[in-house]
Amino acid sequence: MPAVRGDGMRGLAVFISDIRNCKSKEAEIKRINKELANIRGKFKGDKTLDGYQKKKYVCKLLFIFLLGHDIDFGHMEAVNLLSSNKYSEKQIGYLFISVLVNTNSELIKLIIQSIKNDLASRNPIHVNLALQCIANIGSREMAEAFGNEIPKLLVSGDTMDVVKQSAALCLLRLFRTSQEIIPGGEWTSRIIHLLNDQHMGVVTAATSLIDALVKKNPDEYKGCVSLAVSRLSRIVTASYTDLQDYTYYFVPAPWLSVKLLRLLQNYTPPAEDPGVRGRLNECLETILNKAQEPPKSKKVQHSNAKNAVLFEAISLIIHNDSEPNLLVRACNQLGQFLSNRETNLRYLALESMCHLATSEFSHEAVKKHQEVVILSMKMEKDVSVRQQAVDLLYAMCDKSNAEEIVQEMLNYLETADYSIREEMVLKVAILAEKYATDYTWYVDVILNLIRIAGDYVSEEVWYRVIQIVINRDEVQGYAAKTVFEALQAPACHENMVKVGGYILGEFGNLIAGDHRSSPSVQFQLLHSKYHLCSPMTRALLLSTYIKFINLFPEIRTHVQEVFKQHSNLRSADAELQQRASEYLQLSIIASSDVLATVLEEMPAFPERESSILAVLKKKKPGRVPENEIKEGKSPTPVTNHNNETTNSNNAVSSDLLGLSTPPIAQPGNTGVLLDVLGDIYGGKPNNSTPTSTTSNMYNPKKFVCKNNGVLFENDLIQIGVKSEFRQNLGRLGLFYGNKTTMPLHNFVPSLLWSEDQSSKLSMQMKPVEPTLEAGAQIQQMLNAECIDYYTDAPSLVITFVYNNMPQKFTLKLPLTINKFFEPTEMNGESFFARWKNLGSTNQQRSQKIFKASTPMDLQAARTKIMGFGMQLLDGIDPNPDNFVCAGIIHMRALQVGCLLRLEPNRNAQMYRLTVRSSKEPVSVEVCDLLADQF
Amino acid sequence: MQFMLLFSRQGKLRLQKWYNAHPDKLKKKITRELITTILTRKPKMCSFLEWRDLKIVYKRYASLYFCCAIEQNDNELLTLEIIHRYVELLDKYFGSVCELDIIFNFEKAYFILDELLLGGEIQETSKKTVLKAIASQDLLQEEETPQGFFEDHGLG
Repeated sequence: MPAVRGDGMRGLAVFISDIRNCKSKEAEIKRINKELANIRGKFKGDKTLDGYQKKKYVCKLLFIFLLGHDIDFGHMEAVNLLSSNKYSEKQIGYLFISVLVNTNSELIKLIIQSIKNDLASRNPIHVNLALQCIANIGSREMAEAFGNEIPKLLVSGDTMDVVKQSAALCLLRLFRTSQEIIPGGEWTSRIIHLLNDQHMGVVTAATSLIDALVKKNPDEYKGCVSLAVSRLSRIVTASYTDLQDYTYYFVPAPWLSVKLLRLLQNYTPPAEDPGVRGRLNECLETILNKAQEPPKSKKVQHSNAKNAVLFEAISLIIHNDSEPNLLVRACNQLGQFLSNRETNLRYLALESMCHLATSEFSHEAVKKHQEVVILSMKMEKDVSVRQQAVDLLYAMCDKSNAEEIVQEMLNYLETADYSIREEMVLKVAILAEKYATDYTWYVDVILNLIRIAGDYVSEEVWYRVIQIVINRDEVQGYAAKTVFEALQAPACHENMVKVGGYILGEFGNLIAGDHRSSPSVQFQLLHSKYHLCSPMTRALLLSTYIKFINLFPEIRTHVQEVFKQHSNLRSADAELQQRASEYLQLSIIASSDVLATVLEEMPAFPERESSILAVLKKKKPGRVPENEIKEGKSPTPVTNHNNETTNSNNAVSSDLLGLSTPPIAQPGNTGVLLDVLGDIYGGKPNNSTPTSTTSNMYNPKKFVCKNNGVLFENDLIQIGVKSEFRQNLGRLGLFYGNKTTMPLHNFVPSLLWSEDQSSKLSMQMKPVEPTLEAGAQIQQMLNAECIDYYTDAPSLVITFVYNNMPQKFTLKLPLTINKFFEPTEMNGESFFARWKNLGSTNQQRSQKIFKASTPMDLQAARTKIMGFGMQLLDGIDPNPDNFVCAGIIHMRALQVGCLLRLEPNRNAQMYRLTVRSSKEPVSVEVCDLLADQF
Repeated sequence: MQFMLLFSRQGKLRLQKWYNAHPDKLKKKITRELITTILTRKPKMCSFLEWRDLKIVYKRYASLYFCCAIEQNDNELLTLEIIHRYVELLDKYFGSVCELDIIFNFEKAYFILDELLLGGEIQETSKKTVLKAIASQDLLQEEETPQGFFEDHGLG
């Protein structure tokens, strides 16, 4: 046990030693429980506890809390310590409160009173304790109680420097909580003038505060610009001995320098005062010059501090975007860093260059480094650095280098990390579209994307290539030929089948003259993929086939044959069955004229913004990806730097596809592609324009792991569900909302659940009024009881009449067997004992190995599993990526214990799911339900 | 700065300081997530990570990892030096600090951090000034007569 400093608490040290000596988690918990009981007893029974004892026990509680255990008492004792006249007791009291008290605690009044007393103390150490506590909690109550006091403390001449520092940062924290607390008027200039304070610590703290105030009210604080420039100038010209202890590894006041440079980034370059502007540019030049000087120390701290200032200076240069000379110098400096041996510097240089690439002055200078950046993307060992390189390539891409950059990105994509593939696919798709002069190139790029990284090509990407091909006559023949060739590969990605199916259905005739791609060859080729595809793709292919009947009457009987095969029970999917039989009838009944009209070539899509860009932006909420060169700034006030990219009016106006034009909402036309696919499969947002209205939304799968939400929605009706379950009983509230301006008549919800099934899951549903008024919502309650294990889930059939048109929807209710789980906590030992036990015969376990349907996201997986109803048991499986869970399914007749293990394999993008329970059908059903979620 | 975490190579959390109010559950979740992420990174990798909409800056000193979450436009390199300054302060105060010092004197580690950073912003960058402040706190403590001596040698 190491020596304890100060008046060290031996009892605490002994306790900590005990905990450290515990051999197992159980022993630790036992020791902690013993201690908690002891402390509880002392606090309750012993009225004679002195301050020291209270302090010691409070400290022990704090330690227990920091170990990760919950503490539900001792707060009052900690608050008592605040009024102790012994500093050490007070300090522990404050520490406990800072760490443990929530902002909404009812003790807050008492705490505020104690803080008030300490703020009024003549001892600056006490005042600082109080200020630290305010800053640590920073709640609204604190802001109200001290909003008046602290500004006075900050600017008063009598206040000591240490207190001023704390007061400035304390005020900053309160300001972040409630912006109204900062007094304006005369206070403004007094606060600004803290920048002139003699004490470097005070200036540093005050600069942070001013930076926040300026963001709210840039005009009022404009005066800080010249003061900040002067201060900065004094620092950068100082020798490292001038500033004594504020020099950090031979760098004069790096923290203050960086804060001042940040502060100046709230304004445009000072125009009205050329003197200030000149001085600022001198400062920035000096900083750039210093970067070229030999280092004064070999320590990494020296180079970090020096480069921290340099990077901040470059940020300011980029922000000002007005001095071509400085911008180019900054770019050269960053270029040097690109081959530095410090990974950190390479990372930051790539990041910073991304911003330089968007300035018209330095865009060309950045492009000189293209080769090094490409090498970084390929060779860097750290994926986060590679990611930065990809971002930079994206930002520096323009017409002149697009083909090369896109090609390099495609090459890299074959071996790229899974974590960045999806984003890279989006970037390549955007660049290819934006800089395409020859659309055959664009088509090649997108088809390559699908070939190389098909799993990562999202709907938006392949929708977009179809839109573009349909809108551009000159590329249609080429596209048909290329997809036809691509489909000939023995294994091709399902997305390729979708694109191929759609394009051949529209333009297959353009290549039909060649006997190698004659109509029947095209049809055979597509149909050879049919059985390998998902229902959604099959539905699309069926539509292609009916289009073929129009394009190529000669293969009509052939196609009809296929429709016949799929119009009966052999097609397990109802939608496919229906499609096949309807298309079959259409081809039999309709005359060739009617067919030609119905199956005419798709009309051109309205020119609109690619939704891919929106997807990319959504993926990166932190920073908006930029590939847009801004014009240099004239010195007009800017308020928010971030808005610039989204609003900037395209300097690249040759943007052929209207990437930058505002989206045109054309509800009548947007769903065209989707109509072909069939709304019933619309789990994801169905439209390619983010602005368009919702078409049918129905995804029963997501309700396996979720109890509340919108179950179904289309243009007429919204159906919401709220459900709760206890033991083997469940209660569902169904909410029907009429979205139209007309009443829905004969409104009848009914259940679809056989009698046999009802003996396992019984349900009662209250009747509802037969008319659902325009805009109204009604509620219906449903009670369910689980009697025995069952599979699947009951369906709800909704029928009504809207505008004399009968409507009918069938929806799965969120009443799968997992809803009757009760989570069960257990430790590793008993888990594995039961696991083994249940695995002894094959009948009790079920296992599935399957490919991830979406890119693996363990956090999302975690959320899903927690919603599934079992207890997620952390720290049991030796592999932290694996999930193990336990739960009991409650039924009237019996209870079935269930254990589960999900093992993600990131490299293979596969999951293995094992479920063990005492009943085989339960294991199978639980396994099926959960496997479907990933 | 949004928060600072200190944890061991074994993934045990040694110190946590949050500069924004979060529910305990979320704190635990964030902590778990970051500890796993950082422990799986290799030594030569870059010290910065993009994480949610924040940036993570971390550095390992002996058996301890220091990890800070900062905002997008905060300065990464200087955050590394805040960590270093904190380590220097601990080192000076404890005399070649080791993980055990921080475990047994966690309250001191908090007090020193509170002098260096307040509300997530750097308060005092001078090593001397911070150490002086801590020394005067210790002095105040020593002046106060220690009590509970007997009790401590009893059961504790």
